[in-house]
Amino acid sequence: MTVTWYVVLSAVLFAIGAGGVLIRRSPLVILLCLELMLNAGNLALVAFSRAHGNAEGQVFALIVMVVAACEVVVGLGLIVAMYRRRLTLNVDDMRSLKG
Amino acid sequence: MSPTAWGWLVLGFPLAGFLVNAFGWRVMRGRTAGWIATIAIGLAFVCAIGATVSLLGHSESDREVTSSLWTYASAAGLDIKIGILVDPLSAFMILVVSGVSTLIHLYSVAYLDSDRGYSRYFAYLNFFVFSMLLLVLAGNFVLLIMGWAFVGFASYALISFWYRRETATKAGMKAFVINVIGDVGLVLATFFIFRELGSFDYLTVFREVPQHFSTNSGVLIAICLLLLVGAFAKSAQLPLHTWLPDAMEGPTPVSALIHAATMVTAGVYLIARMYVLFEQAPTAADISAFIGLATLIFAATCALAVTDLKRIIAYSTISQIGYMIVGVSIGAYAAGMFQLMTHAFFKALLFMAAGSVISAMAGTQDINRMGGLRKAMPITSKLMIIGALALAAFPFMSGFFSKDEILGYAIHRGGFYVIFAIGGYFAALLTAFYAFRIIFRVFWGKPVPEAQELEHGHLAHAPPENPLTGEEEDTDVGFPGEEHHIAERDRPMWLAMSVLGFLSIFGGVVEIPGLDNVVENFLAGSFLDSKLYENLPTVAADWGGLALGGLISIVGISLAYFAYVRRPGTTAALIRRFGPLYKLFVNKWYFDELYDAVIYRPLLAVGRFCNDVVERVVVQGIVAAAVDVVRGVGVVVRGAQSGFVRAYALLLIGGFAALGLYFLIAAH
Repeated sequence: MTVTWYVVLSAVLFAIGAGGVLIRRSPLVILLCLELMLNAGNLALVAFSRAHGNAEGQVFALIVMVVAACEVVVGLGLIVAMYRRRLTLNVDDMRSLKG
Repeated sequence: MSPTAWGWLVLGFPLAGFLVNAFGWRVMRGRTAGWIATIAIGLAFVCAIGATVSLLGHSESDREVTSSLWTYASAAGLDIKIGILVDPLSAFMILVVSGVSTLIHLYSVAYLDSDRGYSRYFAYLNFFVFSMLLLVLAGNFVLLIMGWAFVGFASYALISFWYRRETATKAGMKAFVINVIGDVGLVLATFFIFRELGSFDYLTVFREVPQHFSTNSGVLIAICLLLLVGAFAKSAQLPLHTWLPDAMEGPTPVSALIHAATMVTAGVYLIARMYVLFEQAPTAADISAFIGLATLIFAATCALAVTDLKRIIAYSTISQIGYMIVGVSIGAYAAGMFQLMTHAFFKALLFMAAGSVISAMAGTQDINRMGGLRKAMPITSKLMIIGALALAAFPFMSGFFSKDEILGYAIHRGGFYVIFAIGGYFAALLTAFYAFRIIFRVFWGKPVPEAQELEHGHLAHAPPENPLTGEEEDTDVGFPGEEHHIAERDRPMWLAMSVLGFLSIFGGVVEIPGLDNVVENFLAGSFLDSKLYENLPTVAADWGGLALGGLISIVGISLAYFAYVRRPGTTAALIRRFGPLYKLFVNKWYFDELYDAVIYRPLLAVGRFCNDVVERVVVQGIVAAAVDVVRGVGVVVRGAQSGFVRAYALLLIGGFAALGLYFLIAAH
């Protein structure tokens, strides 16, 4: 089995994640889609690592998982805080960054 | 003590007086500041006598003594010392300067009594005397320039002394600007001298000049002309004279000290000091003499027509300095310096008397409004008549010996130098006339109300006003004080004027041709290398010149008597007859208007153009364009800042996608 299929799967997963980030309004779903994008990246890393017989890619995948875990901690924390303060869980309503 | 030790003391006392008055004004009450200043200058005068006596102890050929305190700058080829030169010429000058200054300080002690700027006045005055003494004692060009600039500043500060009077501040600026033109000339001359001879030291330069330059070499003439620019600006000679009449805005003792007796003679001193250069470049010396001649006639004609008491005396000063310039330029150094001395006496006296008269007239300076003050002011009138007699060169007064000695020398030199004698005698006639025009207009005739009031023992008072524009003034700081002081009532004024009156009469006895020649013999030590100094007219020729001068003086005084006392309508008839000429004289030959049209207005137009076109269009245009560009870009970019996180994410992803696409395509 060539590496192509893994890469294609990874690209599809990444596109789905990116689409979710762009389309969805709920912060929780956006966070999930972000995770999806990260793991699409991980899949590509591991696939290439395997294809080239080089372990470095796998190491990177592990590091990405750690970063993703951290990100989820922060992101979920933010969401819970928003929920606790009874703010709407809609990213389009939070636009105080408007210049 | 050595002459130079005395010389340093001469500089030290006025400086100390200046510092005490400048920093101690808070604690000094009453006339303290005035007495401190007077004593400081008096001590300087004593030290000047000490320097002269000590100098006389040296042998005739060894009377140029130098001394330096420290090295001011020492670099490759450059060696400037803070050093003074005491020789007969500078000793003579410090005697005159400190002597006359002492008397004028004494006069000011009473005259400025009610002024709120009393300490400030004496601090300035002491600073001026220090600067003037620095100027004459300087042993090199750098120190000369320093003193030169300092006196310019002191003059500015004292002209603008009543700083809330607008005409005074403007006159101060005018004086300063014209003096700076002179400073530039002097500095450029010094640059040239350094470039040619590699030294700033007087004695070195004077030693080198005859070997280094051929007679009338171009560079030397340029140096001399640049020196003359400095001399003429300081000494108010044509065409840089316009500041001096306006300088009369300052207090009257200032006019007496700075703008008659001392500072304005600095140009004469400079030419005498640089005689080695001028004798090597006779063309420059002749130019200088001709300008002096033109000035002395021009100023005498103005003095005939002007009606402001102080300005008449100011034009007379310009005219008399013209005589001195002619004297030192044609080689009559001793006579020129002698005229400087006697002029300092009688002109200071005239100004002091004028100050007393102006006080009695409650600030009025227009002689048309004066008259008949003789009985009311016996002391002032007598002393002013003495001053006018000396100015008119009446026989055996001090001015008689000095002025006519210059003219006698001019005749003796022969050739075209006779022109100077003819012009000089003509102006002497005018001088005698205008000197007694003042006397007869102010002291003779029907007593004006102020004079009658004073005869009854009461000094006239009027609301203080600007004598030039008639605007009302208060008597707060920056304006003249409310009390007036006249010589009849204030002992210091009376004393100072009496001493000067005595000197105006008898000051001439030190230099009677064929009898003593004190000045000439004394100054000879400074002019050892001069080819012209020893070339003197015979005693008989001298007395011939004196007799002619005395005769002219008597004729002039008689004419004035006829015109103003016997037939008071004469001048009005003359004015009607020679209307245009009178207009020319009374408008001072339109010099101010000429400068206004040639320099002031064009410069103003350039300034307006720069303001309207360069500033508004070019500079502000560039600035406005830059602002518009930044703002326009901002408007466009601001649209991207929607606040939608998803929009940012889209841009991010889109950007990465575009980059990836680019590299993919580029890789093929």
